[in-house]
Amino acid sequence: MMKRGWVTPVILGILALVIPFTLSSYYQHILILVIIWITMACAWNLLGGFAGQVSFGHALFFGLGAYGGGLLYHHWEISTWWGMIVGPVWAAVIAIPLGLITFRLRGPYFALSMLAMGEIARIIFTNWVPFSGGAVGVMISRTWGGEKLQYYFIILAICVVTLGVVALMRYSKLGFYFLSIREDQDAAEALGIPTTKYKMYALIPSAFFTGLAGAFYMNYMAYIEPRVVFNLEAVSIMMILTVMLGGAGTLWGPVLGATVYVILAEVFRTIPGIKEVHVLVFALIVVLIIMFLPDGILGEWDKIKRIFIKPKLAS
Amino acid sequence: MEFFFESLIEGLLLGGIYAVVAVGMTLIMGVMKIINLAHGAIMVVAMYICYALFVTLGLNPYIGIFVAMPALFGIGYLLQRYSIRRVTEVITVLPETQVLLTLAIGMALIEIMRFIFTSNYQTVPVPGVSGKTLYLGEISMNVPMIIGFVVAIGLIMGLHLFITRTDLGKSIRATAQDPDAAKYMGVNTRNVTCLTFAIGSMLAAAGACLLLPAYYLFPDVGHAFTLKAFIVTILGGMGSTVGALSGGLVLGVAESLGASYWQMGYKDVIGFVIFILVLLFLPGGLKTVIGR
Repeated sequence: MMKRGWVTPVILGILALVIPFTLSSYYQHILILVIIWITMACAWNLLGGFAGQVSFGHALFFGLGAYGGGLLYHHWEISTWWGMIVGPVWAAVIAIPLGLITFRLRGPYFALSMLAMGEIARIIFTNWVPFSGGAVGVMISRTWGGEKLQYYFIILAICVVTLGVVALMRYSKLGFYFLSIREDQDAAEALGIPTTKYKMYALIPSAFFTGLAGAFYMNYMAYIEPRVVFNLEAVSIMMILTVMLGGAGTLWGPVLGATVYVILAEVFRTIPGIKEVHVLVFALIVVLIIMFLPDGILGEWDKIKRIFIKPKLAS
Repeated sequence: MEFFFESLIEGLLLGGIYAVVAVGMTLIMGVMKIINLAHGAIMVVAMYICYALFVTLGLNPYIGIFVAMPALFGIGYLLQRYSIRRVTEVITVLPETQVLLTLAIGMALIEIMRFIFTSNYQTVPVPGVSGKTLYLGEISMNVPMIIGFVVAIGLIMGLHLFITRTDLGKSIRATAQDPDAAKYMGVNTRNVTCLTFAIGSMLAAAGACLLLPAYYLFPDVGHAFTLKAFIVTILGGMGSTVGALSGGLVLGVAESLGASYWQMGYKDVIGFVIFILVLLFLPGGLKTVIGR
C-alpha cells in the first residue's frame, strides 16, 4: 500500500493537466468549481477533520478572502488580483483573535460560536455600506473575459498547494498532535501538548487557504455580495457536509465529497423545472451516509470493501 | 418614553414565544446531550403544515396548531428512533457526528419544504387578529403576539408541571441526570429519549404556529430560528425550564431595544454577541444566577 501511495496523485495530476484542453467552456467551468470546492473542503478538513475542531463558520474566511480583493477595488480601484495576497493574509490574521476567543470552548460550543462569528461578519458586511458597499456587493470586469483555461490553472495550482500543505502537516509531528487533540483533548494536554497553540496552527492555514479560495472566487466570478460569500447554508454548512460525505480526517475524503457535490449540483441544474433540488438530494445523501457510514465514504472504506469482497481467512 | 415601553413590551411578547421554542431545545439537549440543529427546520415544517391547512381548508392557524403539534410529535419521534439514535451508539472520528446529522436532517427538511412550497414569502392572515393592535394608554401592542405570548407561557407552565409531577417527567429527568443509573432503575431510556425528542419538536411546532399570524413565512427562516433557540438555551442554561423562559425574555427584549435604538440591520448581532459572551463568562447561563 505504501509503495503505491504516489500512483493515484500522479494519475490525477496528469488527468488534471490534460483533460481541460479537450473540454468545452461549460465543462471547464464545472471543473473550476469542483477544484474551488476541493480547496475549501481540504482547508476545512485540516481544522475540522484532523484537529477535530468542527467550525460552522468557515464562510467567514471565504468571505474575507473574497472581500480582500473586493475592498481594494471598491475603495481604490486596485486590481483584485492583489486580493490573492491580501485576502488570505487578512483572513488568517483575523483568524488569530477569533481563535483565541473560540478555542476556549469545546465541541459543539466551539462550532456554534464560529457560526456566530460568521453571521456577525455577514451582517456587518451587509449593513456597513460605506465600508463594504453593502448588499449590492462588488463587481469587477474579468481579466480574461470568457476564457477559462488561465483561471483553471491558477485554481489548480492553489488546490495542489493546499493538498500538499495538508498532506505535509498530516504526516509531520504536527499532524499527530492534531489527531491527539481530536481524540482526547484532556489526554493531549496531560501529555504536554499546548492544545490552544496547536489548534491555532491548524486554524491559521485553514483560514488562509479558505481565504485563498475566496480571493480566487472574487477574480473568477467577478461579482461578490455578502449574501453569497458569507452564506451560512451554501458555504459554511456545505463545506462541512462535503467533508462528511467523503470522510472527515482522511486526506482524499474532501476531494471526493466536493467532487460529488458540485457534479450533483450541476446535473440537477440542467434538469428544467426544478430549482435547488440538488441541495435536497445532497442533504439526503449526507443523512444516509452519516447514518450508515458515520465516518464518510473513504473513512469507512474498509467496511465498504468488506461488503463486496469476502475477507480472506488469516493464514 | 412610550417608545421605550412599546419596544420593551414587544420584546417581552416575542421573548415568550422564543422561550417555548427554546424550552423544547433545552429539553432535548439536557436529555440527549446533543445539540439539535434541526430545531428550526422542524418549526418551518410546522409552519407550512398550518399554512397548507389555511390555504386548502381555510383553517385558522390557532386551530391548525392542534394538527401541527401532534404531527411534529410523530415526526420527532420517528427521526430520533430511526435516524439520530443510530449514530449516538457508535464511535466516530468526529465527536460531533450526531450534531452534524441533525444539521443535515434540518437542511433536508427545509429543502423539502422549499421543493413543495417554493421559496416565496407567504403570510397567513387570521381574520380579526392579524394586524390588529391593542392600546394600553399610549402604548400599542400587537394582538397576535399577545395571544402567542399567553399560549406560550401556558405551554411552558404545562411542561414544567409535566416534568416535575408525572412519572414520565421523572423518568425524563432521571435520564437527563444519569442515563446509566436511570436504566438500572428500570427506566426505558431509549424510549425516553425518543419521547423527549418528540416533545421538544412538538413545543417547537407550537412556537412556530404562534408566530405565524404575525410573521412572514419562507423556508430559510428555519436557520434563524435554530440559532435563536440555541442562543436562548445557552443564555438560560441547559436543561432548565426557568432558565429558558428568562433567556427567551432577555433575548426578545435585547433584540427589540436594539432594533429600536441602534439599527434594524444589526438586530441579530446582539443575539450573537450575547451568545459568545455568555459562553465565555457565564457558561452555566442565567440558571446559575437565578438559582442563587
